[in-house]
Amino acid sequence: MGPEAVGSTAAPMVQLLTPAGERVTSGDDGGYAERVEHLGLDDLRDRYRRMALVRRVDVEATALQRQGELALWASCSGQEAAQVGAAAALARQDHVFPSYREHGIAIGRGLDPVALLQLYRGTTHGGWDPAASGFHLYTLVIGAQTLHATGYAMGVQRDGAVGTGDPARDTAVLACFGDGATAQGEVSEAMVWAGVFNAPVVFFCQNNQWAISEPNERQMRAPLARRAEGFGFPGVRVDGNDVLAVEAVVGAAADRARAGEGPMLVEAWTYRMAAHTTSDDTSRYRDRGEEQHWRERDPLDRLEAHLRATGDDDDHAAFLADVTAEADAVAERVRRGVRALPDPEPTSMFDHVYADPHPLVEEERAWLADWVAAGEER
Amino acid sequence: MNAPGHALTAAAAPRSRAERAPHERPAVHSTPRTTETTLAKAITAGLRRAMEEDEKVLLVGEDIGRLGGVFRVTDGLQKDFGEDRVVDSPLSEAGIVGTAVGLALRGYRPVCEIQFDGFIFPAFSEIVTQLAKMGARLGGAGRLPVVLRVPYGGGIGAVEHHSESPEALFAHTPGLRVVTPATPQDAYWMTQQAVRSDDPVMVFEPKRRYWDKGAVDLVGPLDAAPPLHAARVVRPGDDLTLVAYGPTVRLAVEAAAIAATEGTSVEVVDLRSVSPLDTATVEASVARTGRCVVVHEAPTFLGLGAELAARITERCFYALEAPVLRVGGFAVPYPAARIEEHYLPDVDRVLDAVDRSMAS
Ligand SMILES: Cc1ncc(C[n+]2csc(CCOP(=O)(O)OP(=O)(O)O)c2C)c(N)n1
Repeated sequence: MGPEAVGSTAAPMVQLLTPAGERVTSGDDGGYAERVEHLGLDDLRDRYRRMALVRRVDVEATALQRQGELALWASCSGQEAAQVGAAAALARQDHVFPSYREHGIAIGRGLDPVALLQLYRGTTHGGWDPAASGFHLYTLVIGAQTLHATGYAMGVQRDGAVGTGDPARDTAVLACFGDGATAQGEVSEAMVWAGVFNAPVVFFCQNNQWAISEPNERQMRAPLARRAEGFGFPGVRVDGNDVLAVEAVVGAAADRARAGEGPMLVEAWTYRMAAHTTSDDTSRYRDRGEEQHWRERDPLDRLEAHLRATGDDDDHAAFLADVTAEADAVAERVRRGVRALPDPEPTSMFDHVYADPHPLVEEERAWLADWVAAGEER
Repeated sequence: MNAPGHALTAAAAPRSRAERAPHERPAVHSTPRTTETTLAKAITAGLRRAMEEDEKVLLVGEDIGRLGGVFRVTDGLQKDFGEDRVVDSPLSEAGIVGTAVGLALRGYRPVCEIQFDGFIFPAFSEIVTQLAKMGARLGGAGRLPVVLRVPYGGGIGAVEHHSESPEALFAHTPGLRVVTPATPQDAYWMTQQAVRSDDPVMVFEPKRRYWDKGAVDLVGPLDAAPPLHAARVVRPGDDLTLVAYGPTVRLAVEAAAIAATEGTSVEVVDLRSVSPLDTATVEASVARTGRCVVVHEAPTFLGLGAELAARITERCFYALEAPVLRVGGFAVPYPAARIEEHYLPDVDRVLDAVDRSMAS
C-alpha cells in the first residue's frame, strides 16, 4: 500500500489559460471562467507587466546576494502567476499574512521592493508597517502566520467587517504558506480555528512541490486541496502557473470570506524554479530533467504566448519593450536603494523591544552606547 | 531558511586588542592516528560509528537524507544506512520529537536534527512536558534514549531565528542532559556518548564552528574519552578563570592569549556540559585563581553565567578576590545580521571583563 499520488494529475485543477496560452472560457463547475470573463487585453497585459516586474526584482535580488549586498535571498521565480493572481483578487481593505517568499504579493500590495530586501540584507527583522499596505511582516517560522491570519480574521468578524454587503468594508484575510508548511501542527490548528469560528480566511498554499530538498510526498499523502473537507470548508486546486485561474479562484474564496461564508483552502499548483534560497544546491536532490520540464512551463511564457496570439504583432513587441524598459528602471532603483541602505545603529537593537521602559534593557543600552563610543577612541 | 550565506560573516571590524591575537586554537592532543577534520565532519563520523555499533540508532530530521542536512552533517548517511534509518521527516518539529518519544518507547534510539536553534520551539511542549519527564514517570520501567542535535549560536550573518542560543531554557528543564562540544574531537566523542546515554540528551552544536578544523582520533575506543559531562581546562593559568562553552571557547582562548602578552595568566575552562554542570572543575580552578569570568552568547540575564556565579559564590566565597563577571548577549531579541557583531561577545569585551576583575 504505497502513498497516494499527490501530483498534478492526482486532483482536478482549475485552469483558465492552457500551457499553450489558450484561454478557457467555460466548463469549470465553480463558475471561475465567468468571474474573469470581463478581463480583456489591457488587464492581461497589466498582469503580465506585474509578473515581469516581480521576476526582474527577483533576478536583481539574486544578483545582489551574489555580490554580497544581501545575506540571503529566497527566490519566488516560477510562482509569479500565483502571487500576482492572488494579489489581483484582493480588495484594498483585505490583509495578507505571508511566509518569506511572497514578494509578488508584497509588490502587488504596493510595498517598495527595497523594503522587502532590507530583511534579506540583514538590516532589520521587519521592515515595513503592515497597516499601511495590509501586508503583514514576513514569517520565517514555518506555518506560524496561518494562526495570526485566523486571529486577525476573528478580529475582522468582531469589527462587523464581514457580510455587510459593502464592497469597501467587507474584509478577507489571506494566509500564505507552502506545501511543507502543511505538515506543521499550527497550520492544521489554524484550519480548525477558522472552520470552527467561520473566520474570513483564505488559506492560500503555493504548492511549489518542494520544501527545501523534500518533495510533496514527505508532507502529505493525499492531494492537499482535499484536506479542507475534513476541516469543514471547501478546498480547490488551481493551476498556480495560470494567473487568470488563480485570480478567479482566490477571488471567489475572498468573496466568500467577505460575505461571511467562512474560510476556503486554495492550493495553487506551481513550481519553485530556483533553489530554495541562495544557500541551497538543488543538484543534490532533484534532477535537471524536472527543472527543465518546469522551465518550459514558465508562467510568464504562458501569458506571453496568450498575449502574442491575441494582439497585433507590432503592438505586442512595443508592449514587451515597454515592460522591459520599466523592469530595467525598477531593477536599477532597487540596486541603488539596497546599496544605499545604511547599517542600523548598534543600539537600535534595544528599540521597541517593549512598549514601556524596561530597566534592564535601558541599562544594557547605556552600556553598549558607552562601549561603542569608547571603541571609536580605541 | 536553510544554511545562510556568509556574506556578512567577515564584516566584523578588527578590534584593537583582537588585532594582536595570535589566533591560537583550543589545544587538541595530536598523535599519529588522528585525522584533521572539521567539527561538522567529526559529528558525521560520530553518527556513523554510533549507527554501525547499534542498529537501533536512527536519524530523523528535515532535509537530513538526500540533502545531507542544510549543514551537510548527515551527508552520505542515508546512502549507506538506508531510508529507514536516516529519515527525511515531514516539516514538523513537534512531530520529530513526539515520534522520537514513541520510537524510544519501542526500543529505538532516535537522533533528531532540529534544523536551526530558532525552530526548536514548535517542539517545546513535546520536549519539556513529555521527553524530559517520561523517564521519571515510568519509575524505572523504561528510559528515553533520545538525542536532539541543535545547531545554535550566531555570527554567521543569518536572517532571524538562525542565530539563537536557547540552551538555558533546556538546562532549566529537569530531565534533560544538555551538552555542547567546542572542538572536532569533542564533537566526535560527545555525539557518540549522547547516543549511548539512556537519557534524553540535547547536543547544542556551535554552528559557526562547524568549519573549524582539528585533529580527531577516529579509531580509539570511546571509553578513552573524558566523561560526557566533564569540563576541561583547555589552557592553564594562575590569575583568573575564564569559563566558556561551545562557540565561545575559541574566543576565550584567543582572549587568554592576548591577556598573556599583557601579563595576565588566564585559565580557560571549557564547560562542555551545561547540564549537569561540572562545577568541581570550575571550583578547583577558581580556588587557585580567585577570579572568574563567564562568557556565552546567550543573554546574561538568567543564563548559565548566572548559575555559575551563584555556585562559585556559594562554594568559593573566601577564595574570591573579585565578583564573578559575565560577558554575554543582551536582553533583546537576537538582532539583525548587520549589527550582530555588537551583540555577540568578542575578544575586547572578554578582555574588558578580565581587566575589571583584575582591577578589583
Ligand atoms: C519551524 C521551522 N522549521 C524549519 C524551518 C526551516 N525551513 C525553512 S524553509 C523550509 C521549507 C519550507 O517549505 P514550504 O513550506 O514548502 O515553503 P517554500 O520554502 O517551498 O516556499 C524549512 C524546512 C523553518 N523556517 N521553520
